[in-house]
Amino acid sequence: MKIHEYQAIELFRHAGIPVAGGQVAEDIDEAQDIVSTLGFPVVLKAQVLVGGRGKAGGVKLAKDKIELEKYFSEIKALRIKNYTVEKILIVKALDIEREFYVALTVDNVKDDVVLIASSAGGVDIEETAKKSPEKIHKIYMGGQKEVDPQQWPGFLRQVFPEPNLQAPAGAILQKLVQVFYKLDCSLAEINPLVMDKKGRWFAADAKINFDDNALFRQPEIQKLIDFNYEEPDELEAKQKGLSFVKMEGNVGCIVNGAGLAMATMDVIKLFGGEPANFLDVGGSSNPEKVLNALKIILKNKNVTSILINIFGGITRCDDIAKGILEARQQIKISVPLVIRLTGTNEKEAKELLSGANLRMFATMREAIQEAVALASKI
Amino acid sequence: MSILIDENTRLIVQGITGRDGSFHTQKMLEYGTKVVAGVTPGKGGQSVHGVPVFNSVKEAKKMTEANAAAIYVPAPFAKAAMLEDIDAGIELIVCITEGIPVLDMVGIKHRLKGTSIHLNGPNCPGLISPGKSKVGILPGHIHRPGSIGVVSRSGTLTYEVVYNLTMSGIGQSSCVGLGGDPIIGMRFIDILKLFEADRDTKGVVLVGEIGGEDEQQAAQFISSSMKKPVVGFIAGKTAPAGKRMGHAGAIISSGDTTAETKIKVLRAAGVEVVDSPDEIPARIQQKLK
Repeated sequence: MKIHEYQAIELFRHAGIPVAGGQVAEDIDEAQDIVSTLGFPVVLKAQVLVGGRGKAGGVKLAKDKIELEKYFSEIKALRIKNYTVEKILIVKALDIEREFYVALTVDNVKDDVVLIASSAGGVDIEETAKKSPEKIHKIYMGGQKEVDPQQWPGFLRQVFPEPNLQAPAGAILQKLVQVFYKLDCSLAEINPLVMDKKGRWFAADAKINFDDNALFRQPEIQKLIDFNYEEPDELEAKQKGLSFVKMEGNVGCIVNGAGLAMATMDVIKLFGGEPANFLDVGGSSNPEKVLNALKIILKNKNVTSILINIFGGITRCDDIAKGILEARQQIKISVPLVIRLTGTNEKEAKELLSGANLRMFATMREAIQEAVALASKI
Repeated sequence: MSILIDENTRLIVQGITGRDGSFHTQKMLEYGTKVVAGVTPGKGGQSVHGVPVFNSVKEAKKMTEANAAAIYVPAPFAKAAMLEDIDAGIELIVCITEGIPVLDMVGIKHRLKGTSIHLNGPNCPGLISPGKSKVGILPGHIHRPGSIGVVSRSGTLTYEVVYNLTMSGIGQSSCVGLGGDPIIGMRFIDILKLFEADRDTKGVVLVGEIGGEDEQQAAQFISSSMKKPVVGFIAGKTAPAGKRMGHAGAIISSGDTTAETKIKVLRAAGVEVVDSPDEIPARIQQKLK
């Protein structure tokens, strides 16, 4: 789960990490109120949950009232990677002396949390990591929830060569580590961490992503979710226990298990078709799930055939069959259905469906070939 | 022979009194797995399908000489269940539970360092040595004893692959579902080592998917240390790219985790990578000739 910069800044402020003063505005009146307390110059920052904001023109420096009005309406009118800008964060412009990069994340290859820091902060940090990897410093947590005191001074010396920077920067990094563990983050990033000309430190940007699996023990974080960023169909699917991603093609698919669902999409493509979606009905066996899955897929007007590919393990084929029959009674299925049911309770499923005049196939290959052929007929 | 489990495996089921734990205990017993104990704190003294229930793993191990554990407890309690096994010195832990917080798994992986304990999962279907023992939720009837080792990151896709093998008359020595989470116990490379050393495994089927770098590490091991033939399938060529934000992921990883890259490095390591799972039986048969 992702949150907006202004929300992450609030969490940082709460944790004692210094942040530049500022607030979000939804309209120009609010913006002017905020600026009346901050004073010019200010930085306007579009609040969107996608990367590439700066390059899309979503960050602007305003030196006076005229610029504020101009840039505010410009940013408000932007669509950044197809998302509208609802809120703009307005912060006091900093008099930057130095910019650093600091972040914590989980390294899935080393199975550990890693703290990354660099004296080359800013938008080009990924370039730096590629071209001058010696400027990126990492310290692994070794399964602990705090940095190893033995390694810590050496790490700080590498990132912050000037001795007078090490204490204030080190304190901020320690707090970032605490936030990461306390809130079950998957990413906590400050880029840039700024020291201004007066030697004051600020987290001038804030990104936090959370581990979805840990949200059950982070009720305060759950409240921060921005539903504008959930595809309505994908959100509906999630609420119904389905995992759904809409795609561009015309062969709708309902599969159990993510791996088999991906393999089904790949083989559809192999036989010259294009999948209309990824849909995993999950492991449990509830006829209702098939009905809901069909409803969601049928909303997509590009779909010209639907393939149901089930390998019953925990999922019972007869439950899927019941779901198909129920769906045929409740909704109008206007496109051809192609069905492949194998595994647990396959025999019972076939008996249930025997009089239903459905296209049934024994193997995944045959079913996919038929679904692809039917999809392109229309 | 087989890897990790066989007729000598004596299993504890943690969460045996729950819906899933109870259901799959029955299925494992029907298959012939020696389920010797169940554990649910506070329910010691009961029995489920004739299996005695204990309050703790330590007690269950002492009373039944169990050497493996399967975990079916809900995600919030899974870390504690794994720690109990580690403390009791259980040799093989199979964690079926899905949805475990990543930081819980970071802690578990750290605790496992320096031990000889094998962890399978979490969020996995478990493993089976056909005709001998199965631990987890895999459907037993689709397997048949033989000499092909199967290792996979997926659940139902593994069943699809195994079903194709069995239908073509090709049996399996052992089949292991590694689990779909970013941080898991054993990975491809751990299982490949075991298959390479197992006398009765003649060839290996590897089923991978997009994300992570496990397939790349497997490719390195295969080219440097494996003599047995490997046939592979990688799912996710058509999967939509993940939405990304922040730079830390790009800084720490070598970056490319697409199906195309994985297929390329596996092929370079001598793995026969097929385009559709049903091509696997013919290819592995060819390789064994």
